[in-house]
Amino acid sequence: MAENTERLRRTMMFVPGNNPAMVKDAGIYGADSIMFDLEDAVSLSEKDAARTLIYEALTTVDYGDAELVVRINGLDTPYYENDIKAMVKAKVDVIRLPKTESADMIHTLENLVVAAEKQFGIEVGTIHLMAAIESAKGVLNAPEIAAASERMIGVALSAEDYTTDMKTHRYPDGAELEFARNMVLHAARAAGIAAFDTVFTNMDDPDGFYRETEHIHQLGFDGKSLVNPRQIEMVNKVYEPTQKEIATAKNVITAIAAAKAKGSGVIAMNGQMVDRPVVLRAQRVMRLAKASHLLDEEGNYIEK
Amino acid sequence: MEIKQTALAGTLESSDIQIMLSKGTDGIKINLDSEVKKQFGAEINAVITSVLQKFEITNANVKAVDKGALDCVIKARTIAAVQRALGTTDKPAWEVL
Repeated sequence: MAENTERLRRTMMFVPGNNPAMVKDAGIYGADSIMFDLEDAVSLSEKDAARTLIYEALTTVDYGDAELVVRINGLDTPYYENDIKAMVKAKVDVIRLPKTESADMIHTLENLVVAAEKQFGIEVGTIHLMAAIESAKGVLNAPEIAAASERMIGVALSAEDYTTDMKTHRYPDGAELEFARNMVLHAARAAGIAAFDTVFTNMDDPDGFYRETEHIHQLGFDGKSLVNPRQIEMVNKVYEPTQKEIATAKNVITAIAAAKAKGSGVIAMNGQMVDRPVVLRAQRVMRLAKASHLLDEEGNYIEK
Repeated sequence: MEIKQTALAGTLESSDIQIMLSKGTDGIKINLDSEVKKQFGAEINAVITSVLQKFEITNANVKAVDKGALDCVIKARTIAAVQRALGTTDKPAWEVL
């Protein structure tokens, strides 16, 4: 289930909402988050069937530790309210709102989620939210969107709609996305939630995919939205800490334990004081190392 | 509940099941086409029947073409077909889900 703080969210895999084969197998690829899509991946005549299919899958299929997300249809569609009710009743971890442009859109969504939680006897506050930002207006309002609700766990940039809105298209170097990426990322960090980068759709260009993933990793994104399960391993590889990073992180963790044992509030390593940011980074490295299967049960580095 | 119109839900793709529901006069009649009919036919029919009963449909002809669907898929497709047949897709039956 979703936790608001410091869950690893390297990979969010899109799954078309009306495809039983893909819906049933979505859990086997090891994505950190699975995003079932009721919006663009489903034709208008199949909206009802997809909603029911995802409801039944969510309440029946075991998806392990993956965070379960559903992208509902937008506020301006006739499917919006029933999508919300069905996904709340299914107790999905996160509802993802497409084409978010203001904090008000999140407030409207939250009010309907509260009503649905009450209708189905689910504790108010159970269902988390995230916003996809897909327009110039959304990017400029990203800070208020990210901070719009206690339920928010993340914001995601959606580049296809955004670049169209900006009268451009996607280029290999991603220069057209730089401002939006930084806005979305800063909005997420200021609100203390996760930031997801956009999808990369050309499966025949692995070099381009690695280049883009390394770039957003450097910027500080939690992870990336994905359209193909083959990309999961590629993203995880980019996010995998090095042996040296793990060794340093372990030293920091050991120093914390030593300081605690001595009852000392000050953490020292190699005669130097360890600051809080260093501690947080070390903890994140250790989480990534564990998720990348680089540590054995006792926390020792596994040689590859 | 009375079926108002013939309705179809689901596809013929792998792991799916296509359900066609039409008016009947003589109880629930299911015509199942499935490669695993021998092993799972009774179970598939039971899932379909149980959904129809929850909607209080007593007379219906069902044509089901199974492509290896899980129970949750059979249930989902039957619900979708029923709501289409009743003309109530915009008012999901929350108590049946």
